[in-house]
Amino acid sequence: MKIKDLSTLEYITPGTGACAGCPSTIGLRIIGKALGENAIGFLTPSCAVASMGLTPQTCYTFPALNICFASAGASAGGAAMALDALYRKGKLQGEKPVVFNWVGDGGTYDIGFQGLSGSAERNDDYIHFCYNNEAYSNTGNQRSGATPQFALTTTSPTGKEIGQKNMPLLMLEHRPPYVATASLAYPMDLYRKVEKAKNITGFRYIEIHMPCCTSWRFPAADTIKMSKLAVRTGAWLLWEGEYGKLTLNGVTASLAEGRRKPAPLENYLKPQGRFSTMFKSPDKDKHLAFIEYNIHRELEFMAGRAKLLK
Amino acid sequence: MDKKIVQPISRPVQGACGVTGTWRSQRPILDTSLCNGCLICWLYCPEAAISREDRDIDFTYCKGCGICAVECGKKAIRMVKEEIK
Ligand SMILES: Cc1ncc(C[n+]2csc(CCOP(=O)(O)OP(=O)(O)O)c2C)c(N)n1
Ligand SMILES: [Mg+2]
Repeated sequence: MKIKDLSTLEYITPGTGACAGCPSTIGLRIIGKALGENAIGFLTPSCAVASMGLTPQTCYTFPALNICFASAGASAGGAAMALDALYRKGKLQGEKPVVFNWVGDGGTYDIGFQGLSGSAERNDDYIHFCYNNEAYSNTGNQRSGATPQFALTTTSPTGKEIGQKNMPLLMLEHRPPYVATASLAYPMDLYRKVEKAKNITGFRYIEIHMPCCTSWRFPAADTIKMSKLAVRTGAWLLWEGEYGKLTLNGVTASLAEGRRKPAPLENYLKPQGRFSTMFKSPDKDKHLAFIEYNIHRELEFMAGRAKLLK
Repeated sequence: MDKKIVQPISRPVQGACGVTGTWRSQRPILDTSLCNGCLICWLYCPEAAISREDRDIDFTYCKGCGICAVECGKKAIRMVKEEIK
């Protein structure tokens, strides 16, 4: 599959309310090409909702339902069950639409976590996309469970004290049919994962890393460059798993096997204004070494986890 | 079921959030002689404002983010300052 073979179907129309350089609309465009026309999306409060336009206008071409923050798991799960009932009663014919969530890290890691966990346990039939911009961006950049250590946000004004949790792994440990992480810098890997998930029944979780120029404070033009650096430094890991089995993908696999050296961490962190306080701190080297240690630890941990179940 | 329920339903239109081309402070200029048609600019445009057929840029909506210029492997797109004539 090449870029040239991708569908011309667009999930967005030009003239969105998203910031210049927004990764979320890029992500929606790519997943749309994989999911196709027969899909229903659910969105919790986030940038993705704020940028869709004011009623009666929207920039999204897929059927989209705006739901409340904690309810991503229950809403999509309920919709999938309702569809099943309509098919059972013969009120709907043809192929069942793909039900999916397009939810931020705030709506996934924090506020929607328990609903999502219950839904994964019930094995509800939908794909949960977490577009992870590592902050509550829509409300002006508050820290979330996905914000990395030392990053400045309005609720961590001196830098966040602790690192992010490994949310995709937590979802994998529910042992659902499919869990994957992806990056905009590797669009065909993302496309493949969405297409694979589309053809699986049951609970599926795909988390896409989304460098946000507004919250992270780097130039809008560098959105994809930052995505790539996140993967090449090991700060963002690419993997997929089925029923609790885990495989590292692409660059992440090469890093874990030592076939590739990680890119210098400073190249990734220095252009991000959210780390400016850390870079000015007298403890800069200590902090950088600590981040590097944690990246290494996480990579080793996930490589070890991949070896556990074959 | 005879009473009509008014529902807040939106329909897709171009420019749902206005003529976003006015946000632009830089303008991408494509040199078609350098373009090899790889479509990376088309794929990465957050606004879906680049044509897949001929990479024509829709300046009514292009916000001038510059991702296309950074990602173009052939350096066929450069950003120039947006100026009012
Ligand atoms: C229950 C509830 N609490 C708070 C809000 C305010 N709110 C709207 S969007 C948002 C941030 C969402 O963050 P995230 O899910 O990461 O999406 P992002 O904005 O980063 O795209 C918040 C806190 C809300 N709408 N509902
Ligand atoms: Mg967020």
